Amino acid sequence: MNEIFELQYALDTFYFLMCGALVMWMAAGFAMLEAGLVRSKNTTEILTKNIALFAVACTMYMVCGYHIMYADLGAFFLSGITGDGVTGAEEAATYAPSADFYFQVVFVATAMSIVSGAVAERMKLWAFLAFAVVMTGVIYPVEGSWTWGGNAVFGLYTLGDLGFSDFAGSGIVHMAGASAALAGVLLLGARKGKYGSNGVINAIPGANLPMATLGTFILWLGWFGFNGGSVLATASVKSANAVAVVFMNTNAAACGGLIAAMILARLLFKKADLTMALNGALAGLVAITAEPSTPTALQATLFGAIGGVLVVFSIVALDKFKIDDPVGAISVHGVVGLLGLILVPITNDASSFTGQLIGAATIFVWVFGASTVVWYILKATMGIRVSEEEEFTGVDIAECGMEAYPEFVS
Amino acid sequence: MKLITAIVKPFKLDEVREALGELGVSGVTVTEVKGFGRQKGHTELYRGAEYVVDFLPKVKVEVALTDEMVESAVEAITKSAATGKIGDGKIFISPLDDAIRIRTGETGSEAI
Repeated sequence: MNEIFELQYALDTFYFLMCGALVMWMAAGFAMLEAGLVRSKNTTEILTKNIALFAVACTMYMVCGYHIMYADLGAFFLSGITGDGVTGAEEAATYAPSADFYFQVVFVATAMSIVSGAVAERMKLWAFLAFAVVMTGVIYPVEGSWTWGGNAVFGLYTLGDLGFSDFAGSGIVHMAGASAALAGVLLLGARKGKYGSNGVINAIPGANLPMATLGTFILWLGWFGFNGGSVLATASVKSANAVAVVFMNTNAAACGGLIAAMILARLLFKKADLTMALNGALAGLVAITAEPSTPTALQATLFGAIGGVLVVFSIVALDKFKIDDPVGAISVHGVVGLLGLILVPITNDASSFTGQLIGAATIFVWVFGASTVVWYILKATMGIRVSEEEEFTGVDIAECGMEAYPEFVS
Repeated sequence: MKLITAIVKPFKLDEVREALGELGVSGVTVTEVKGFGRQKGHTELYRGAEYVVDFLPKVKVEVALTDEMVESAVEAITKSAATGKIGDGKIFISPLDDAIRIRTGETGSEAI
């Protein structure tokens, strides 16, 4: 019996780590997607932001984020994380504690990746990274402690008791990232030339759609780790079944989202807008993330499709409000993240609509409010926006001193 | 000697090159260019927002010829580049003072 338990422990830990590695790879997906949807003069800088934010997020979560999120205040630097996750044969969590850290930390990086796309092409590199320090070290972990951490919100109410449920983080990760992004975009302003006089909305086409498509495929793949790993175990018939259902539904929702967004874009714009199809797939994934374990495959496809429809309308609507989001991150992760939370009670009896709405409001108010304060302080001190001339030349040269595609250099 | 500068639709380049080759034209210089004429630009939609394409892609074909070949070359280009639709392009003819083949130093019609 003990040997079977050890095997289960080893397998669950291994599964957890592999899923974490898949989620880590989503950072590559975000990097490619964002690099593809900006102009070529801003490619190097967006890649720098993406890979640097990953390192910052992992470091800050190691320093204090993980402890804040899981109620071990006063501890730092993952003290005690290398121990054994087993205290007895009846132990519920059958994986190594450090595997738990690894799986959690890549989610933090995902939330931060969402921000970089929305503020692309005009935000200062170092102001962005300064924000990343606070977001991944404090803002996200505090909100995470109220949800997955199970702590009361400022000691007032506990979301779990109200029927709040967010399986893999439609709200906790995606909507949180989008809330921080929205706060940043509002203080940052639109890219120059995006909105003309008399309400004219100018398109600024992305430079590399093969890269954006590859990025979407990478995110899609990584999402199996994101949602699949959130089952937290695989080494029993029950958990293996749950994992398989989550994989199936995650994939179905992405397909539903892509098909719906593509057809809607064709109807609205007369042509098959690839970027909308890509956003549609991601919207489907975000929509199902709050509860991929209870819907049927058909329900998952439909939930994804609702996300795909919503994301297209949301992108068009944000432009009307002059909220400039080059990659559609606020729509994909924020608006559809909220949708994902609201859809949970349809298939999961353990959750309630009021619980979901209170949870969504709590996450949004905290992350948006705290982010606004941090962005504002950064704006008042170091400044968050590059100069008009630097924006025109491209932030690649202004911030990194190198172009992504140099010509005439020899 | 004349220099013919023809602006044609990019997808017609192969036909123009073939037609000139049949005439015995031994050299052509091609540049990808953008511009507008009566065809003007057009608008496209990207993520629901319009953008105007003011300058359309064209190909500029430059060929240096002796005076007696000009007429047949113009005819060949006109025939091969025409679609009958707006935006077929233009041909400009200008005098050419001299030409020099760098390898041999030949000049004038010997060099083209």
